[in-house]
Amino acid sequence: MDFGVIIDAAFSAAFGPEAIVLALAAIGLNIHFGYTGLLNFGQAGFMAVSAYGLATTVKTFGQPFWVGIIVALIAPLLLAIVLGFPTLRLRADYLAITTIAAAEILRLVFGSVEMVGTFGGSNGLSGYSGVYQRANPFPKGYVLDLGVMSFNRSVLWSTIVGWVLVLISCLVVWLLMRSPWGRVLRSIREDEDAVRSLGKNVFSYKMQALMLGGFFGGIAGIYYALKQASVVPTDYAANITFFAYAALLLGGAARVWGPVVGAMIFWFLMAGMGSLLNQLTGGVDPIIPSWIMTSIQSSMLRYILVGAGLMLLMVYRPQGIFGDRREIAIDAR
Amino acid sequence: MKSRPAMLFVAALFGFLLLGAPAEAALPQAPGVLAAEDEPAEPAPSGADIRVRLLDQKDVPAGEQGPPVPGVLVKVADSEGNPVGEATSNEMGVAVIPIPGRGEYTVTLDKATLPEGIELAGQESLTVNVMLDIGLNVAFPLNLPDVEKTGFAQRLIDATTGGLKFGLILALAALGLSLVYGTTGLVNFAHGELVVFGAIVAYFLNVGAGMNLILAAALATLAGGLFGWAQDRMLWQPLRKRGTGIIAMMIISIGLALALRNIFQYVFGGSTRSYSQWTSQERVEYFGFLHLAHKEVGIIVVSVIVLLITTYLLANSRLGKAMRAVSDNTALSASSGLRVDGVINWVWTLGTALSALAGVLLGITLQVNFMMGYQMLLLIFAAVTLGGLGTIWGAIAGSLIIGLVMEVGPLFGVPTSIKEIGPMAILILILLVRPQGILGKAQRIG
Repeated sequence: MDFGVIIDAAFSAAFGPEAIVLALAAIGLNIHFGYTGLLNFGQAGFMAVSAYGLATTVKTFGQPFWVGIIVALIAPLLLAIVLGFPTLRLRADYLAITTIAAAEILRLVFGSVEMVGTFGGSNGLSGYSGVYQRANPFPKGYVLDLGVMSFNRSVLWSTIVGWVLVLISCLVVWLLMRSPWGRVLRSIREDEDAVRSLGKNVFSYKMQALMLGGFFGGIAGIYYALKQASVVPTDYAANITFFAYAALLLGGAARVWGPVVGAMIFWFLMAGMGSLLNQLTGGVDPIIPSWIMTSIQSSMLRYILVGAGLMLLMVYRPQGIFGDRREIAIDAR
Repeated sequence: MKSRPAMLFVAALFGFLLLGAPAEAALPQAPGVLAAEDEPAEPAPSGADIRVRLLDQKDVPAGEQGPPVPGVLVKVADSEGNPVGEATSNEMGVAVIPIPGRGEYTVTLDKATLPEGIELAGQESLTVNVMLDIGLNVAFPLNLPDVEKTGFAQRLIDATTGGLKFGLILALAALGLSLVYGTTGLVNFAHGELVVFGAIVAYFLNVGAGMNLILAAALATLAGGLFGWAQDRMLWQPLRKRGTGIIAMMIISIGLALALRNIFQYVFGGSTRSYSQWTSQERVEYFGFLHLAHKEVGIIVVSVIVLLITTYLLANSRLGKAMRAVSDNTALSASSGLRVDGVINWVWTLGTALSALAGVLLGITLQVNFMMGYQMLLLIFAAVTLGGLGTIWGAIAGSLIIGLVMEVGPLFGVPTSIKEIGPMAILILILLVRPQGILGKAQRIG
């Protein structure tokens, strides 16, 4: 049993790119669910269109990197319009159904055999992130070791870029949500009809919120695609949406820092538990015998706990760590 | 001269078949790239080369290899048409042509060198793209069975029966979701896992305990009912008592789905497995135009009977009327003396039992996998939205339409591996045009 490895894994994940991807995705969900009360179960789809927008523009169509970034920033806005237009006038569950279905279909399309020439099939695409990798200022072979966590050269670069992105995103959310525009969003969450009776166009505000939250999801997707240097359809499976919900509810919805803190705690626990279970079940003579749990099963145990944790959180403490119970859109129909 | 129109017709038909070629994913040894492990032991590749493999596929059962065809001349040219090399197939039926490296090549088979009785079923030359340094394996279909000669009308009939069969299975599962939604207002995102529950219980009874599949299916349906009852008693009913909102319940159902799906993978593993009986059956002809295996007839009969009984009971029995009353107006039913919680409990029991049965039937058609429920959930959503969320007949009608669209779509050019795109398009369109669905009531939606 090596506790140093467990602690290093937990802290490296909590401060590293894994938590940053989740934090960016959860910041988007926070605008949807936390501030506006929209139930978007397809954040993975918003991430996927951005990641694939970048990768296909650069790799398949041979355009410059920055054109790819522009496409990747526009793609989630278009997806939000396509999904929001039919559903945002209806009750909350229609948006949930449509987004979860769209995210899964997008994943299937990106991985399909027929479109392998465009999207690369199940192997995905790579070789589009040269500009990003070359901008890395750290010398070759550089490793930052802080004792409780360590990052190699490329992870360190991604970590710094990622936290800058998270800071900017949080600043934007903070500024927007204290503006009159943000107050309208929050009042839509509290009572849509009251807002309508005050002469606000609720549909338009909801659409703007869906687009903005999707945009942050898109940033998460671009960042994920750059940090991985490859896009693979399985990376954008529905799990990442549910993890983002878990992170958001853990930290506290409708709080600027809620999703960020939630994502860090989420990955601290996930990576720490992963490393612990790996040591318990791995090796020739594992501490937990394989008839109880194999090392493959131990990774499922973590997901079972995430699911159970999400349920318990929603039942017993929907406001999470920092949230305010009166501010969560849980009683809405 | 007389035969000219007929020839044109046949040529046009073949052209059409080529367009629809992706629909026949099950074609044995389709032209194109062979997986590397299929390659015979010799000759060992040294540099980059294109290895053409020629096998006589006459009367060869699917999954097995036919006898090799030696002595056939194969030529390779680069993308500009300059010849790169040629070779004659050896006694293993393999011709190896070295190539300079990666790139696009045209592989041509000299038809004149084919032995007596061997016919080329596809095109004479194939354009291949070599992306690996070790080269590429290419196969030409020789003496293919008469799959491609099936007419469009027959394929339409086959796809329609397949679609109806899938639609009926979908209807069993969709009815459960719709009943729960109607009575409690909850869209249960863990509903797909209830389908998998039935399939996996039946698998363990059938393969693990060696039980007859019909008995296992019946017991799995009962177990599903019990599971639904317990789930409502232990989770959803207490939540309703606490006054938990619908949005919170939907997020809870997402958490439950994540937990259940991984529990299933924990106990069942990630692989796809089939039941011990009724795995592959010959298709038999009915009425001269329907081609169905016995198990498919069984699935259709069972689901039609169960659907008829369920809808009859919902329309006429005391409990069924109570369920519809709660679905119509919960507060009014409660004040008229209905025990609403008891009725909802029965709805969960019935709905989960139906979903479990759907899981078993789906497992018989498509084998059992822990992800099958999640994949089906999207189709269930499309079906119930199309029919009208919360309606009984709407769920059934929507499911049949979605099943048909799924299976018939590939005949009209929808790529087979993403035939879910049709249901998705329907979901978005129906929400734009008529959000309450075909049979829904307008006041439910907003």
